[in-house]
Amino acid sequence: MTNPIKDIEKSDAILIIGSNTTENHPVLSSYVKRAKTFKGTKLLVIDPRRVPIVRHADLWLRLKPGTDVACINGMMHVILDERLYDEEYVRSRTTGFDMLKKVMERYTPEYVEGITGIPKEQLVEAARIYGKAGAASILYAMGITQHTTGTDNVKSLANLAMLCGNVGIEGGGVNPLRGQNNVQGACDMGALPNVYTGYQKVTDDSVRAHMERAWGVDKLPKDAGLPVTDMMQKALEGEVKALYVIGENPMVSDPDLTHAKKCLENLDFLIVQDIFMTETAQMADVVLPSASFAEKDGTFTNTERKVQRVRKALHPPGEAKEDGEIIRELSERMGYPMKYDNAESIMREISEVTPSYCGINYDRLEREEIHWPCTGTDHPGTPCLHMDRFTCGLGVFHAIEYAPPAEVPDEEYPLYLTTGRVLYQFHTRSMTMKSDGLNVLAPECFVEISVQDAEQYQINEGDAIKVVSRRGEIEARAKISNQAFTGTVFIPFHYADAAANTLTHAALDPVSRIPEYKVCAVKIERA
Amino acid sequence: MITIDGQTFSFEPGETILDVASRNGIFIPTLCYLKGATPTGACRICLVEVDGARNLVASCATPAGIDMVVSTDSPRVVKARRLNLELLLSSGYHNCLVQDMEPDAWTDLQLKGLDRDEHKDICPAYGECRLQAFAVKYGVKTGRFEPKETPYVFENVNPFIARDFSRCILCGRCVQACNEIQVNNAISQGYRGSRSKIVASGDRALKDSDCVFCGECIQACPVGALVPADVVFKGHLRTDEKKVRTTCGYCGVGCQLNLHIYEDKVVRVTGVEQSGPNYGSLCVKGRFGYDFMTHPDRLKTPRIKRNGEFSEATWDEALDFVTDRLRRIKETSGPDSIMILSSARITNEENYLAQKFSRAVIGTNNIDHCARL
Repeated sequence: MTNPIKDIEKSDAILIIGSNTTENHPVLSSYVKRAKTFKGTKLLVIDPRRVPIVRHADLWLRLKPGTDVACINGMMHVILDERLYDEEYVRSRTTGFDMLKKVMERYTPEYVEGITGIPKEQLVEAARIYGKAGAASILYAMGITQHTTGTDNVKSLANLAMLCGNVGIEGGGVNPLRGQNNVQGACDMGALPNVYTGYQKVTDDSVRAHMERAWGVDKLPKDAGLPVTDMMQKALEGEVKALYVIGENPMVSDPDLTHAKKCLENLDFLIVQDIFMTETAQMADVVLPSASFAEKDGTFTNTERKVQRVRKALHPPGEAKEDGEIIRELSERMGYPMKYDNAESIMREISEVTPSYCGINYDRLEREEIHWPCTGTDHPGTPCLHMDRFTCGLGVFHAIEYAPPAEVPDEEYPLYLTTGRVLYQFHTRSMTMKSDGLNVLAPECFVEISVQDAEQYQINEGDAIKVVSRRGEIEARAKISNQAFTGTVFIPFHYADAAANTLTHAALDPVSRIPEYKVCAVKIERA
Repeated sequence: MITIDGQTFSFEPGETILDVASRNGIFIPTLCYLKGATPTGACRICLVEVDGARNLVASCATPAGIDMVVSTDSPRVVKARRLNLELLLSSGYHNCLVQDMEPDAWTDLQLKGLDRDEHKDICPAYGECRLQAFAVKYGVKTGRFEPKETPYVFENVNPFIARDFSRCILCGRCVQACNEIQVNNAISQGYRGSRSKIVASGDRALKDSDCVFCGECIQACPVGALVPADVVFKGHLRTDEKKVRTTCGYCGVGCQLNLHIYEDKVVRVTGVEQSGPNYGSLCVKGRFGYDFMTHPDRLKTPRIKRNGEFSEATWDEALDFVTDRLRRIKETSGPDSIMILSSARITNEENYLAQKFSRAVIGTNNIDHCARL
């Protein structure tokens, strides 16, 4: 997030797009609900489903899955047309405005209605709510990123925010809501194929030389590595022969699971390190038992870039070991001993090699709430990014044209499928399925379908139905719901026995390499 | 300026007497007051005496005033608090303190209370109950007023939240927590007079209401009326639990929580109230989804697959096996034939080691994690 969570209650308007906030970030959603209920903040929700936060919204725009760019462009068209944008901000802090203005010209409300299905009056009203607000915050999640146009979607939101002067101000911002406890931290720490810690590029000679010195090694690899989504194909082609998976379950979370399984089966050697015998662990050659978050010391970095302590409360069961300890033992056996006294001493090394974590240490974390970048031990951290200037100087407008999703409904597969999570389960369910209580509240997979679609297909509540895509089929019970919009079904991806990802499409965003989980075409029939 | 117990303090417009007092380290007991929510003044425990005012005032709901002179602990205040505590203690089955009475002085109702299934054991809030703490602090006995029987039954038909109306003092903290903090709007004050009850969506069971089981109400309840369902009969005192503060392991909000440990097991989770981002709030997974940690299915030993079957191995065997295979693959096919998938679930420190292992030891930038998935 560019802004801290507490800023949400300082916004005059909040735009939630592609985020089922109450179910996926429940505690953060209470900030939104308080702002709306008690502070007079306007709430605008854009989503193909009537997600529960819509109940609190002033306005809900229902768009066809995968048409976000057109919708956002449409809002910018109205904001430009009605001169609701922040001229001073655009002049002093941005570049590329003329091109943006030119491209936005044809995204009239009528034109956008044709693409998105959003009635033009509603689009105009939404643009006015966002454009007229003093400080407006944008909250988004995987509903924006999990598209072949995910990068375009994010850039479009940045365009909208900059156009109205909402980046670098209290209560504003472009705020992605991270879905896993330490997905921010894993990125910050360089668990990515192209960067070391703090997003320092592996292709930068001076950075690499610095790391070589810090780690006492000769030649670190020069070229960026493979993103996970490309790795699968390379495994199938035989280029990747060994895979070491730590605390992940791609056999439920990857798109197009039948294909993913084929890829993993083609590996010569698969190591899985986890706390449970997951679907992926079943396929492994070696399974290493690890410790849960309650059994280790360390830090997580949350969605607002705040580094927070994790403390050991339990002993790992049996012979299970902390993930870090396992990695160190392997490293030592491979001839490179990693000597650290404890997690704190690892953080000391991180702060030495990472400019944005440079001022972070455990002593400070006991007393302070620190958001990176924190560039020195006397630096207070940076709750809000881009306050006086953008990291790169001027904020760049990227004029972006709408492009359709990789797969849209046709005669054979007439419905959109979109996937996501439910409140009572988490990701591939390896942890939440162990809770009897959570399983009572969300026992099994379901297909959320609108009343009209249910009528058309003569489906009753609870009927077993078969959902078929070009890649596979699953069976689950129908849940007729006013959350669904006619022509679109929703399936949670948690359940391995009716895995929604058997159906999803592995088409990738060309830049982020994120799969298009949120849109594919399916047909349904009674099972 | 305002004078409280002989000390003068400055204050901001809008601050209550309670705000000024707590900011300056003067303790005023409260039961219904909930930080961040509109004061209700329902419990009458935070009463204070204001010079010149005829009646005692609720400090949580009375704005600090210029030249106001306040006593928080005068004999009149203490007397009123004791009376209010006695009345609250007689409002239901608050029999944790009946030890202060001779057994033959126990009322029929108190004995009947002990007969209830859910009251066979000690109250789950024992030792943490604020009503109990204040009764002890003010030396209040339970004998003077006849306890009232509650017309409402114990509710435990959902997996997470037990509602014991016989222990509810109707302070309304849970209602504030649900409506003003989490804004889930699932519960409200219902009925009137002696039939008053905290109700969910037109007096239904929580499971049939708008409740999303965040448990904010449990955290807010100052007595034993709202407790985690599985804690009801656990048979240890809350005061014997060890609390470890950590960061939630589910979504990316990073709520600060306390794991309550008893005999090397998590028995309860509470939100850390003093710190962001959650200031005590949690969701259903963070508060109740902790069974996995000590679940019997946890992996406890390394396993190696041979001829399609897993067999248990020692760490030495498993790690030697892994090292040997990785070495050979690296030698024959090069470092880029190896890929590491690190994890959004493990710590920063561990992710750092994973990428260091990949780059410095294996010699490949083929490292990624599930941010894309």
